[in-house]
Amino acid sequence: MIRAVPKPLEEIIQYVNDYDKLLIAGCDGCVTVCEAGGLKEVKILGSALRLHFAQANKPVVIDETSLTRQCDKEYLAQLRDSIDNYDAVVSLACGCGIQFLADMYDTKLVFPGVNTSFMGVTEERGVYSERCQGCGTCILAETGGVCPIARCSKRMLNGPCGGSDKGKCEVSPEMPCGWQLIYERLKTLGQLDRFEKPVDPKDWTSSRDGGIRKIVREDLRI
Amino acid sequence: MNVTTPSKIEKLLAAGHLAVTSEVGPPRSADGHEIEHKGNLIKDHVDAINVTDNQTSVCRLCSLAAVIRLKLMGLEPVLQMTTRDRNRIALQSDILGAASFGINNILCLTGDHQHFGDHPKAVNVFDLDSIQLIQTVKLMRDEGRLLGGFEFQVKPQMFIGAAANPFAGPNVEMRVARLAKKANAGVQFIQTQCIYNMDKFKEFMRLAVDRGLTEKVAILAGITPMKNVGMARYMQKRVPGMDVPEEVVKRIAGVPKEKQADEGITFAIEQIEEIKSIPGIKGFHIMAIEWEEKVPEIVERAGLYPRPQVN
Repeated sequence: MIRAVPKPLEEIIQYVNDYDKLLIAGCDGCVTVCEAGGLKEVKILGSALRLHFAQANKPVVIDETSLTRQCDKEYLAQLRDSIDNYDAVVSLACGCGIQFLADMYDTKLVFPGVNTSFMGVTEERGVYSERCQGCGTCILAETGGVCPIARCSKRMLNGPCGGSDKGKCEVSPEMPCGWQLIYERLKTLGQLDRFEKPVDPKDWTSSRDGGIRKIVREDLRI
Repeated sequence: MNVTTPSKIEKLLAAGHLAVTSEVGPPRSADGHEIEHKGNLIKDHVDAINVTDNQTSVCRLCSLAAVIRLKLMGLEPVLQMTTRDRNRIALQSDILGAASFGINNILCLTGDHQHFGDHPKAVNVFDLDSIQLIQTVKLMRDEGRLLGGFEFQVKPQMFIGAAANPFAGPNVEMRVARLAKKANAGVQFIQTQCIYNMDKFKEFMRLAVDRGLTEKVAILAGITPMKNVGMARYMQKRVPGMDVPEEVVKRIAGVPKEKQADEGITFAIEQIEEIKSIPGIKGFHIMAIEWEEKVPEIVERAGLYPRPQVN
């Protein structure tokens, strides 16, 4: 799932300080799971902003809501009747949701309330780590189920580099070397022969560098 | 070994000589004379001179310009090229540019992560990795083609090198397997990481010989003299992938401070003598970091001087 972290309150205050009527809109999807932008975080941010404006003796209307998902139009449409009551919206959805909300209500100020970080997993509550960079051409079948694009700090397809030390990456002694993990997995699976075959340069056209990517599934279209 | 390029290193190896290479680090300024100065310090004692490519991710005068300068001085440079900062378009373009000046040796590296250097906020590229860069140079040289498929007539004549670190994780077997992968990709010579753990290096060489890799790839042993105990400790504790046994540190620490540099040089020479007898060794790569003036002494005292001549 997508992982995000709440933005610092001071930054959000800078965005909204000049407005009188605010809506804080959470999302019940990924950002709820990682406790960055669900209804609970909406309420926490609402309380913090009310306190801030009360201390500044400024009367501000702050309403709170959370949508099932902000990356789907039918849920965003639920704001249609109320959105004009507000000067601005603070969206606690991921970057996708924030943009889709701004798309639909294109005359409304929309501010981000979280920093969207990566696609990852929950190692334990409060500890999330990246697993996929969405390169668009999955090679996990060749690499023992460990992705070198996401988990090698140099996204090497023929690792590990010479900086791999005691199973850790040269970038940080806290970070596992992705290629050591691949090596160990291939060994466990009896597939070490894969390790010595050079992997050709990757076709990055399905990755991030060709403008926004789009999927059109004719089989699903209505 | 059939000679495939005009490279002096390749010719020397083919003639059965031990090759001796060294390297110079370019300045963090536009001072090209420093390259000339460092090149002149070592030119009579080594067969070829590497120029590092923004090593440890610190921005420096580029290796391409520096190797051209050395070439114009009549020396034999090795272009070090990392895939950290340039995509396949820029890498291939620089290879063509280097070849147009008669640069005949290339060292293909992935490169240190930018996190180490003076621009940790930079984005990295890593469009290719070192092994894919080896494949790319080979494709350009042997088939006269770019990765994009374009065919051209005047091909780069490059002897293809890479690095190997016998001491990095997880174990020597995997490091030999990666050497095999580089050989499969087309590498012709290897300059190893600085050797301090002799036992592990011998194990690496034994496995490489057993697998026949030393017949395909010329392995040059990496030697870096310690300047003082501070450097030894730093290399031991702080440089990822470096294996400095405690007894090496103790040896340098065991002499008075003013004698530690001499001890470091003597130790390096003893290492070369010992490595000469390891089966499969084809030469030495002496990396005297910001200490280039010591290279002639090391080469002479290690019995590697005068350097053989080839046409």
